[in-house]
Amino acid sequence: MMQKVFSKPQALKDCPTHYCPGCGHGIAHRLIAETIDELGIRGRTIGIAPVGCAVLAYDYFDVDMVEVAHGRAPAVATGMKRTNPDKIIFSYQGDGDLAAIGTGEIIHAAHRGEQITVIFINNAVFGMTGGQMAPTTILNQVTTTTPLGRDASKQGYPLQVSELLTLLPGTIYIERCSLHKPALIRNAKKAIKHAFELQLNNAPGLSLVELLSPCPTYWRMTPVKAIEWMENEMTKVFPLGRLKG
Amino acid sequence: MNERILMCGNEALAEAAIIAGLDAYFGYPITPQNEVPEYMSKRMPEEGRVFLQSESELASINMVFGAAATGKRVMTSSSSPGISLMQEGISYLAGAELPAVIVNVMRGGPGLGNIAPSQGDYFQATRGGGHGDYRTIVLAPSSVQELVDCMPLAFDLADQYRTPVLVLADGILGQMMEPVVFNKKPRRKLPPKDWALTGADNRKQNIVRSLWLKEGVVEQHNYDLQAVYKEIEKNEILCEQYEVDDAEIVVVAYGIAARIVRGAVNKARQEGIKVGWIRPITLWPFPTEQINKAADNFKIFLTVELSCGQMVEDVKLAVAGKAPVVFYGRAGGGVPTVEQVLEKIRQLTLRPENII
Amino acid sequence: MAGKIVINIERCKGCGLCVAVCPKGGIVISKQSNKSGYFPAEKNNSACTGCASCAIICPEAAIEVYREQDILNKPHKETTPDLVKGKK
Repeated sequence: MMQKVFSKPQALKDCPTHYCPGCGHGIAHRLIAETIDELGIRGRTIGIAPVGCAVLAYDYFDVDMVEVAHGRAPAVATGMKRTNPDKIIFSYQGDGDLAAIGTGEIIHAAHRGEQITVIFINNAVFGMTGGQMAPTTILNQVTTTTPLGRDASKQGYPLQVSELLTLLPGTIYIERCSLHKPALIRNAKKAIKHAFELQLNNAPGLSLVELLSPCPTYWRMTPVKAIEWMENEMTKVFPLGRLKG
Repeated sequence: MNERILMCGNEALAEAAIIAGLDAYFGYPITPQNEVPEYMSKRMPEEGRVFLQSESELASINMVFGAAATGKRVMTSSSSPGISLMQEGISYLAGAELPAVIVNVMRGGPGLGNIAPSQGDYFQATRGGGHGDYRTIVLAPSSVQELVDCMPLAFDLADQYRTPVLVLADGILGQMMEPVVFNKKPRRKLPPKDWALTGADNRKQNIVRSLWLKEGVVEQHNYDLQAVYKEIEKNEILCEQYEVDDAEIVVVAYGIAARIVRGAVNKARQEGIKVGWIRPITLWPFPTEQINKAADNFKIFLTVELSCGQMVEDVKLAVAGKAPVVFYGRAGGGVPTVEQVLEKIRQLTLRPENII
Repeated sequence: MAGKIVINIERCKGCGLCVAVCPKGGIVISKQSNKSGYFPAEKNNSACTGCASCAIICPEAAIEVYREQDILNKPHKETTPDLVKGKK
């Protein structure tokens, strides 16, 4: 008799998403929803959606959600956690949101050791607005604002946020994972669950999981080519691993 | 708790907020309101409540947004340049219909300006300094006691209408000390915050948002907000007037300017000049009808502000052409003296015919 | 056949990631488009072992995975929600 061993988690609403075919957001959403189901925390969790492709995350996560100003999610999360220490607060942010406009907010939330969980989706472009360069766009990568490829002498270097944040004593757990292979996605699930468990156990400090995520549409690749590019190029610039905690 | 205490405005407004049930304060240092976060940093932990100094006013207003989204009573304070940084956040509070109180202890501008008192943020406050069609209730006290009384009112208004409320003070009001009494007034009957994010514990999820991409939804949302604003305009206008009925000249001023005008009008009355004053306490909703009625029988309206003239436009709109409206003010931290206002009043009696 | 998958073809956007990761070549892109105009994935043979790689990489959570009962007794890595429900 066949037993079902894998299905959509409850914390993920049963509806189509607006994400492009092969987009990593859908995978990240499922891993977080599985974690919420497995830890049984739907009734205590409040999620924060960024401005970016995932701004509509409140249509997909079946928990209390808020959508906030671009880059300000860590500050909103701070306001929520400080006044509701018993709630589980997660901030879901893209690379434009967290590493461009919101750099100040994530560094200060980390430096204060806010007991929140940050899920940082790094897909190396601004997706929602049409594929412009992001702080994490890698060198020579063509985007709609680096038509000749990112040139360090003009646009600087890809920003390694996770490494940056490991220097702050206020961070207790930082891991960079990737969504381009099932084995790595399993590991990403473990990392996300660990981050949520730290918050659940009032561990003193901020936990952040960076997820390298495919963006086939604005990398101008097929989804399969995109995961190959992540394997061959992206993980060189953004090495995977548990950086802290 | 209701004996008289000598307190500076910044500390008094903080204590009043605490008495009004403030759950959390987020702020950032900026003169001339530094005593607010300083006072809060001592008193809020004493009450077991949240105080946090943020990394910027941008962060402060978004921390306010977070706490407000979970149904808490929350405020921030800053001064003009900091309030400019908060405008996007205030627009989000209005769009997401979240209650919050923001205190602006105004200083000289534009730019870094100076740290002297000013009323140069009137347009920003009353027209909505951020993007989109929204209004914010603006309270303008003109004494430390009234500043204290404004705080519980601001929180009640914010909760009742689910909107950010601005309390507009200035460098003088913030820094000067006056005796105050903290009488704990009961709260208004306020609607339950069943929209708040408290964790969907066997209930449907709540979403706090200001984005709706589907066609026509934000349009309708705007009309819903406008309906709330109409309600506020109907119920919440506060305005004081003095000896206007027989007056030939009416001076309109708010906040600290109104204190100066009071002195000038009293002196002018002693000189036999028939002059009165009108003092808007809510700058939005503006007391348009009250001023319009005062203009029924011909008067000259003089608006006095610590600026180059901003509220004067609302006075002109209110008077609607029935009478001339002239302006006198000093900007960039300049403070008109009673003598200067009195001189202006005297001039209006000598040559009424060549008024613009 | 130790395993089976069920693809929600209306939810599938034909991204092809499952096709690429299936160790048994058990999935192909269908010639029939779904209502949204995507050409969804469909089962290609019966070599499925229920390893769930396809479901794990599917961005739409559109694949359900079933496994034969006896295989269940062997200890499994923490891969799927149902299996780990028991653990804290």
